[in-house]
Parts: sequence; structure tokens; C-alpha cells
Amino acid sequence: MTILALTTEAAVETAGTAAEGAVEHGEKIIDPIHQFVITRYIDLGALSFTNSALWAVIAVVCITLLFMLAPSNLVPTRLQSIAESIYELVDNMAHDMLHENARRVFPFVLTLFLFVLFANVLGLIPYSFTVTSHIIVTLGLALTVFIGATVIGFMRNGFGYLKLFVPPGVPGALLPLVVLIEVVSYFIRPLSLSIRLFANMMAGHMMLKVMAGFVVMLGAFGFVPLLAMVALTGLELLVAALQAYVFAILTCMYLNDAMHPAH
Amino acid sequence: MDVEAAKMIGAGIAAVALGGAGIGIGTVFGNYLAGALRNPAAAASQRGTLFLGFAFAEATGLIGFAVAMLILFG
Repeated sequence: MTILALTTEAAVETAGTAAEGAVEHGEKIIDPIHQFVITRYIDLGALSFTNSALWAVIAVVCITLLFMLAPSNLVPTRLQSIAESIYELVDNMAHDMLHENARRVFPFVLTLFLFVLFANVLGLIPYSFTVTSHIIVTLGLALTVFIGATVIGFMRNGFGYLKLFVPPGVPGALLPLVVLIEVVSYFIRPLSLSIRLFANMMAGHMMLKVMAGFVVMLGAFGFVPLLAMVALTGLELLVAALQAYVFAILTCMYLNDAMHPAH
Repeated sequence: MDVEAAKMIGAGIAAVALGGAGIGIGTVFGNYLAGALRNPAAAASQRGTLFLGFAFAEATGLIGFAVAMLILFG
């Protein structure tokens, strides 16, 4: 009991001095944007090797190592069961969404899922860089999916692919409006796909930085936001995996539309 | 009006988007729970859809949060 009282007294004292220090520093404690700054390690103009490129390479190396080092025993080891569960998850997802076409697009969907997953999760390491927190990266991935799906759609169905924009069973008077909405929603797909991932990653990391600022500002009472940060980091881990899953499942959905345009 | 004050008010208004995300996440999980209690056998098979809905609902709110942060610190 006395120990508790002593520590709380000490806590109040240090809190007082820390709060004064916080006021002196002003608003500079909370600086959530700084973590997204791109620095060039090897300056080659537009082809520079940046921290974003470095973490993308690290993600790819981690994925390669995971699947190369995982042994293929009958009784799986820990590493092997990680690799196998990821593989099975994407396999089931592709099968549920694409049925008989799942085999053909599975490598693409697995690659996309793994890259987004590893880029997201590696970004949670302190002082690392989140590759997917920049819209240009996610837009690049989303446009790959969008252009690929459109090309596959026209190759497999010819101009029959345009049936995608004409849902069956719509009364004639409403048809122009419905077609317009369908066309707009089709072309908005890459934007919504990329903005969803980028906004989730950026907002999550900003939230953690703002909370970290509170920890410093509150001094000894900083353990309250610190506990919140532990919970938030857990949430961010969930979001990182979830957004990779959503990205992959929407890719499957778009590819399914390309292969079976008649809704 | 002072630009700093306008920024603060703007960031506050942008954060209202999180209320919508709260309603959305509540609806998603509430309806999942209601459905799962009615038919527990089918609950596990719909967990993927549950998290898909959660991710969609949360994303809209997070865009609002990102806008608020960009106004404040951007």
C-alpha cells in the first residue's frame, strides 16, 4: 500500500515536470505526417532507390524466404503451417468467388495478397516504412487489376462484355440511368480499391503517432494512452491482414465479373 | 476568421465521419450476432463476409479521420 502511495506521489511530481516540458516543446510532439516522408537512398532522379522501394524489396524477400524455407513435412512445422494456412486461405477464397476459373487466376491473387499483407504488416514495425500508405503504390496495384480484368473480359467475351453494364430485368425507362450508374461504378473501382487500402494504412499509422504524442505529453500518466496504443496496435494488425484480404477478395470479384459478365 | 481556428473547426467537422463508421460497424456486428444466434451452424461460414463488411464500414470513417489529420498537420 505504501509502495503504491509512494509511486503515485512520484508519478504526480514527474507528471508536473513532464507537462511543463511538453508545453515548452509546443505542438511538435505530435507529428503524424513525418513518417510518410520518402527519402532517397540512391539518387537516380525518377528511378531513385527510396525507402519505399527498400521496404517493398524487404517484403518480397520475406515472402520468398517464407515459402522457400517452409519444409514440406507430413506433420507441419510452425513456419510450414503459416505458409500453408495463407495458401489455403487464398485458395478457398479464389474457389468461392471464381469456381472453375480459380486455378487460372490463383497465382496472381496469391501474389497480390502476399505482397499487400507483408507490406502492411512490415509497416507496423517501429521505424519501418509502410509501402501501402502511399496512394501511388496502391493505385498501381489497383490499376493492374482493373486493366487486367478489362482486357480479360473483352478477350473472353468480345463485345458481350458490355452486358456487364446492362443488368437483366430493368424496366426500359430506367435503363439509361442504370447503365450510367453501372459505367461510373465500373470506372470508380480502381479508385475505391486503392483509396480503401491507402486510407486505412495512412489513418492507422497517423492514429498510432497521435497516440504516441499523447504518451509523451501526459508524462507519467502516459500509461493510459500507452495501454490504448497496445490495443490500437492489435487493431492495426487486424486491419493490416483484413485489408490485404479485402484487396484480394475484391480482385477475385472483379476477375469473376470479367469471366462471367452476365451478373 | 483566423485560419488556425478555421482549421480546428474543419478538422472537428471531418471527424464526424467516424460517427458514421461507428454506426456501420455496430450494424455489421449486431446483425451478424443476431443471425449467428438464430442459426449458429451457419455462423462460422459467414465470418469472412463479416470482416469484409467491417472493413468496408471502417474504411469510410478512416477516410474522414485521414482528412481531419491532413487539415490539422498536413
